[in-house]
Amino acid sequence: MYKLYTAILKELRIMLRDKAALAVMFLMPVLLVVVITSIQNSSLKMINDNTVPMLVCNRDGGESSLQFIEALRKIGMFDLQKADSSLTDKQLTDSMHAHDALIAVVVPQGFSSALKSKSQNITGKALTEFGMAVNTPQDSSSVKETPPVSMFYNPVLQESFRLSVNGALKSAQQFTENRAVLQALYLAMSNKKLPDSLEQQILNNKSNINQIPTAKDGSRKIPNATQHNVPAWTIFAMFFIVVSLSTNVVKEKISGSFIRLKTLPTSFILNLAAKQITYIVVTLAQVVVIFSLGIFLFPHIALPKLVLPENLGSLFLVSLVCGWCAVSYGVLIGVYAKSMEQAIGFGAVSVVILAAIGGIVVPSFAMPESLHLLMKISPLHWCMEAYNTLFLENGYFNNVLFSLLPIFIIIVAMQLAAVAGLKKQRLI
Amino acid sequence: MESAAIQISNINFQYAENSGVVFKDFNLNIDEGERFGLLGPNGAGKTTLMNLMTSVMQAKSGSIKLLGKEISEDKEVKKLFGFVPQHHSFYLELSPAENLEFFGAWAGLNRKEIKERTKELLAVLGLSNVADKPVSKFSGGMKNRVNLAIGVIHRPKILFLDEPTTGVDVQTRHAIVDYLKELNTTGTTLIYTSHHLAEAESLCTKVALIDEGKIIANNDLQTLLQEHKQDGLEGLFLNLTGRSYRDS
Repeated sequence: MYKLYTAILKELRIMLRDKAALAVMFLMPVLLVVVITSIQNSSLKMINDNTVPMLVCNRDGGESSLQFIEALRKIGMFDLQKADSSLTDKQLTDSMHAHDALIAVVVPQGFSSALKSKSQNITGKALTEFGMAVNTPQDSSSVKETPPVSMFYNPVLQESFRLSVNGALKSAQQFTENRAVLQALYLAMSNKKLPDSLEQQILNNKSNINQIPTAKDGSRKIPNATQHNVPAWTIFAMFFIVVSLSTNVVKEKISGSFIRLKTLPTSFILNLAAKQITYIVVTLAQVVVIFSLGIFLFPHIALPKLVLPENLGSLFLVSLVCGWCAVSYGVLIGVYAKSMEQAIGFGAVSVVILAAIGGIVVPSFAMPESLHLLMKISPLHWCMEAYNTLFLENGYFNNVLFSLLPIFIIIVAMQLAAVAGLKKQRLI
Repeated sequence: MESAAIQISNINFQYAENSGVVFKDFNLNIDEGERFGLLGPNGAGKTTLMNLMTSVMQAKSGSIKLLGKEISEDKEVKKLFGFVPQHHSFYLELSPAENLEFFGAWAGLNRKEIKERTKELLAVLGLSNVADKPVSKFSGGMKNRVNLAIGVIHRPKILFLDEPTTGVDVQTRHAIVDYLKELNTTGTTLIYTSHHLAEAESLCTKVALIDEGKIIANNDLQTLLQEHKQDGLEGLFLNLTGRSYRDS
């Protein structure tokens, strides 16, 4: 036990005296978590809380076009800004940049007359079906096709958001068409204009849709940028210790300390165990520091507070296993790297790549299909899945086991590869 | 009759890469209490032989015994010897006291023994006033003394020294040699390699000249000098190993 104690003490002393490594292990992830969560939070706020600027160019000017624009306004997603109807498409897109508008909509000339013609045609057909005489045109060939509404958009707009704008436009158009048909039908049947109160009752009688985020324990927590980013960048920080740990291993190899230890009456495995215990404790310290920031600092800098999962035992277990996986990777790189430059370069770049394909930078559901298989070999992906189960779904121990099993397999593979490397280099 | 500190019998060794030195049916005996110099040109096999004797590397066949016990992974055998490698094989970020604490524990000493030995060694090797300063700030000579202190902290019966005075000033060299002689008087067998022939002449009671994995001379220093009609080790060395480059 005393040997293990002195080995851990040695590792701690070396680590605490390396200020640059400490900064990489603690300061860098703290900055990353704060900056990235702030950016994502403001993006989410822009989409969820704010209206999106939209230029509207009404080249028609008829009643239906005005109703269409009013229907758009009522959706509440957009901050509508009127553009001159005489603008060409080119002038309109230039104008978008000037107004910081991400979207512009053009209501084409003939929109109202075509809609009127279409509604009268539908009304005539309906009345004929009812056996009522009508004097509205019924010949489909004489009905004008409604010219399409055009939507111009800034290419930075994410596809998912663009599709929801498209849905909103279709909904407004449908509303306008329904209204026109209803008005024409009422006029044909009663020779009177549809009263506003009745129109409101018929058209605005929409039933609401409840939106409920689901969790494994049945609770209804609403996910936010903090719940996503704090665990994600904590995993990244844990794995970034490979830079410090692998250089530590390489330094011992180069200096000959490994050789000297081999001549002493103590198993070399104890040295590796001491290293791993020390660095696992560091990863747990990173978890405490970064999670504490999310809990105590974020509310003071206008970011959502981190809400820990109720199952703290599982949270500790997941953090421990993720930390051990990161440490195993660091040892593996250290064993095979021939110089400190190799260890730093390969360690840092590989962690960034594994984070990218593992769903740390971009959520895994948003990754292209072709990367899904690759994603599964990234240990960071399984760590992220385990944390997501706890933080977003409030899962239990049996729910995280599915993610922990692949991490264990990766750990065992890396440990065996490290031991094989040490044997090949005659270090054990 | 003196008992053998080291008995090497018929060992065979070759690097896996088929390069470097080859030992074929190699034999060597070193008596207990000797100050034994293992000398030879670059690439002769001195360091390889030392690595075999300290179990850093394993021979393909044959036997190496330290004080009658087969060298192996056995912890008890490893307690018998100390090793001072050529390079500064310790932790530069730590102080001499911290290095001695770690290596002392790994050599099998308890906390109290380490404390006493550390105080004693730092005083003998002139490092007491820098006991708690990081070694990275030390001169080459001071680092060599730390390297030596680590090798002897557990009072080994056999001490292997691979060029222990490389790159140090005259004062440090003399201090190290004096300390080693004193250590030898307490019964520690010294196995020493160096390119410093004057130093070897001053320290060693017996020398073996090794070249291309073979022993070409092995006897008391004075006997060897008389046999080969030389008045110094350098002359003897050149006489037996020639003047051509060995590392080109």
